[in-house]
Amino acid sequence: MDLVLVNLIDGLVTGLLLFMLSAGLTLIFSMMGVLNFAHASFYMLGAYFAYQISIFLGFWMGLLIAPLVVGVIGAGVERYGLRRVHQYGHVPELIFTFGLALLIEEVVQFIWGKDQMPYEIPGILEGAAFAIAGNTIPLYKVFMIFLSLLIFGGLLYVLTKTRVGMIIQAALSYPKTVEALGHNVPLVFMGVFGVGTALAGVAGVIAGPVLSTFPGMAVVLGSIVFVTIVIGGLGSLFGALVASLIIGWLTTFAKAYDVRMEDILTGIGFTKPDPIWDSAWQDLWTLTSPQIADILPYLLMVLILIFRPYGLFGKRDA
Amino acid sequence: MTAALEITNLRKSFGQTEIIRGVDLQIMPGERHAVIGPNGAGKSTLFNLITGRFPQTAGVVALHGHDLKGKAPYEINRMGLSRSFQITNIFPKMTVFENVRCSLLWSMGYRYSFWNMVARSRALNEGAEAILEQINLQRRRDIPAGMLSYAEQRALEIGITIAGGADVIMLDEPTAGMSHSETDYIMDLIRDVTEGKTLVMVEHDMGVVFGLADRISVLVYGEIIATGTPTDVRANPRVQEAYLGAALEAEH
Amino acid sequence: MTDTTHNTHSDVLAGSGLTLAKALPWLIASAFLLVMPFVFTSNSAITIMNQMAITIIFALSYNMLLGQGGMLSFGHAVYMGVGGFLCVHIMNWDQFFGTLPLPVLPIFGGLFGMGLALIVGSFSTRRAGTVFAMISLGVGELIAACSVIIVVFFGGEEGISGDRTYGLPFFGIEFLQQIEVYYLTAFWLVLSALGMFLFSRTPVGRMANAVRDNPERAEFLGYSARWVRFYSFVASGFFAGIAGGLFAINYEILTEENLNLATSGSILLVTFLGGVGFFFGPVIGAIVFTLLQTVLSLQTELWALYVGALFVATVMFFPGGLAGVLMMHTPPLVLGKLHLLVKPYIKTLLPAAICILATAGFIEILFHARHAAIGDDQMTLFWMTFSHANPVPWIAFGAVALGGFWLARRNAPELVETWHEANTDTGARP
Repeated sequence: MDLVLVNLIDGLVTGLLLFMLSAGLTLIFSMMGVLNFAHASFYMLGAYFAYQISIFLGFWMGLLIAPLVVGVIGAGVERYGLRRVHQYGHVPELIFTFGLALLIEEVVQFIWGKDQMPYEIPGILEGAAFAIAGNTIPLYKVFMIFLSLLIFGGLLYVLTKTRVGMIIQAALSYPKTVEALGHNVPLVFMGVFGVGTALAGVAGVIAGPVLSTFPGMAVVLGSIVFVTIVIGGLGSLFGALVASLIIGWLTTFAKAYDVRMEDILTGIGFTKPDPIWDSAWQDLWTLTSPQIADILPYLLMVLILIFRPYGLFGKRDA
Repeated sequence: MTAALEITNLRKSFGQTEIIRGVDLQIMPGERHAVIGPNGAGKSTLFNLITGRFPQTAGVVALHGHDLKGKAPYEINRMGLSRSFQITNIFPKMTVFENVRCSLLWSMGYRYSFWNMVARSRALNEGAEAILEQINLQRRRDIPAGMLSYAEQRALEIGITIAGGADVIMLDEPTAGMSHSETDYIMDLIRDVTEGKTLVMVEHDMGVVFGLADRISVLVYGEIIATGTPTDVRANPRVQEAYLGAALEAEH
Repeated sequence: MTDTTHNTHSDVLAGSGLTLAKALPWLIASAFLLVMPFVFTSNSAITIMNQMAITIIFALSYNMLLGQGGMLSFGHAVYMGVGGFLCVHIMNWDQFFGTLPLPVLPIFGGLFGMGLALIVGSFSTRRAGTVFAMISLGVGELIAACSVIIVVFFGGEEGISGDRTYGLPFFGIEFLQQIEVYYLTAFWLVLSALGMFLFSRTPVGRMANAVRDNPERAEFLGYSARWVRFYSFVASGFFAGIAGGLFAINYEILTEENLNLATSGSILLVTFLGGVGFFFGPVIGAIVFTLLQTVLSLQTELWALYVGALFVATVMFFPGGLAGVLMMHTPPLVLGKLHLLVKPYIKTLLPAAICILATAGFIEILFHARHAAIGDDQMTLFWMTFSHANPVPWIAFGAVALGGFWLARRNAPELVETWHEANTDTGARP
């Protein structure tokens, strides 16, 4: 039972981190109809910038400045790249962001090289926050949870309670009307793209020290973020939240509990072939849940798309 | 004789609002029927319901006596109903000739064939040429359809619609946005190509409606308030009041 | 004007037979393939040509989806991959492989790729656009990840390897030499390319274009957009599997790398670079990309950066790819005004090329300065050897880049003007 609690917290951290990325991606998608393939690359940029800044000014300044820089770069990409490609349609836009992801990875390697960066947790956040039956929960994880919740609270407030939020929400559904009412919709688009990428940047800043900062970090997380928003339903912020948490918990629990296929198969009455290395089914028999933890999200996505093509909370015509 | 198209108590709601409120309509084979009505009366919605673009909330649409409920657009098309669109709906990157040839493929029985070469079928290419001649676009046959003028695109749209040989043709505002001379041209074209077929059309231009239609239905706020020959409809006091009066006055 | 229309008109009607004009490009290409090994005789050149041929087939099969059918896939590598894996398994299955001439092997790869496409396509082709792209990504990642789990088939991290020479000798040829493999590959290249070209001329191939342009209209013509996509998808899986079989024959080893997102992404890059709008676009893309990959990667560590930049620039400025740029010159050619463009091209594009090369040089120095081992400050660039600590090369490359940029910019309006002129029919032609 106590282990369950520890895993719940671990899964929550992963889930919230995923949501920080998928929230930005969803905002951008529902507003502009563009799936930003380079979204995880902005997450990576966040981590690298924060590392670079932390060398000179410390972790906290990195946390403050890096997302801003990432957001500005994101807005620039929208203004000078996407807006140009927009006229050709959505598929070229997706191809553009795909190319951008490749390019950002190469640029990061050009500047920082291929090795992992020694970007670490600040001293004040080291150590354990509390312990559950002998399992310590690191202070940094608690910090990550609080920071994400704070940001989501802020985002929710801006979207639902402020004038800017109203305009954004209206522009989501009726961009032409909102433009006719005298609002600068291209500017709103650019702003949303900037904020979305800045959110990814924040995720990078806080994930960099624990998930390690290296040129492949965007690829590792990138596809999972897509899977998340597809499972949640393209364009649904709530769906993205639910899917992020499901994936966070699913992978954490699959890794923590070593469920073995052998036990399941013998449990339902099969006999294990002997010797196992001669059997054509050896891979099935030796399968364990930690082994497949990383492919579970993809499996879940394929299943969802077969049975619910619009995702968990997707609108039919998204 | 079975009606070509029979609509019984058709209803459609979007959320709380009922747009089509119990439409009954019977169109006989060979009839040219026009649906008119003021803006927002639900004409295009009615069209989209009949052709399976939207699912209906209640009621029955029957084509030659067969219920169309739950049928996908391509199934309805195969049963002999073809439609055009209010907003030009062609294949912009393909040539004019390709546009027409593609619309002939299914009716000529090619289905999902990947063992026939389209260029080798004499019937297919001659058929496409004949349609091009009918819609008077032979000279534009090799340019991408997206580069045609608006009137030409509308003509192509009609060509695509009739090419498949469907016996019920539905045209959604075929002359929308056209000049007078273009309208006359399209009207003649429609009269030619729908010879011997059932035609259902939504139209704003009263000249076109009275010039083409055998019978007219007037749709107001999702209900048909009158159906009859052009003369009957013109004389109907309810129609005068609801719609035509204003329009006719404006015309004079 | 009416004359030409009339000609094409009767041409199509009479064109039911095979005409020389239609067969000519294929005959030239085949002759070209036959002669190439006599021009480039080294083993490494033949290896590069083999790789090119495989990439061409793969890219053409990819363009059946992207260019012909409007389906953007991020997981096309798996169809080529599984085809290749199966072929290696067949190579290792002595009793069967001993009775099988090697040139037949790619068929099995094709059938296996097609089988997988049948399964995946049954649910992935319901929608095009973003949804299709995401499913292809998910399925691709899933299968790539499975490669380390299903060790029996994929061989885990090391992959699986075989030996092509154990097959039944084919007219005495055992395929010990690269050149023999080259002709096998070239044969399949012509066959597959022809197959894919003819597919695009069938009713379902034509409807694939229609569904790409306007799925709703296609539905109102009696075709289910979903099934049209499905057939294209399955056919594309078949040809990708053929490419996989050829890969297996050439390299005799397949690993996880043949399945993953990087490979799927690079074929997107190849195809788009070449141009999705024309049948021959992917062919150009595959040739250029393979050359960049093999030749440029020998010259610089940063080749992937340049290719990435080239790709992004292509998407932004030339969405028609290289084939699109080439075909833009058809109207001036028809109008007989192509020669007008020569001078402005030299005046604008030459400085632009110099600017790009100098910028690349500058980037190379910067890269060397940042990442070279301490004490190793000597580098060679454009046949010059210098120290990156010396400011002169920095200034020189920077200045040349800026100068080239300035010149190209100054002359660009003239090019634009001439371009318009070359595309306008002034009626002054003979």
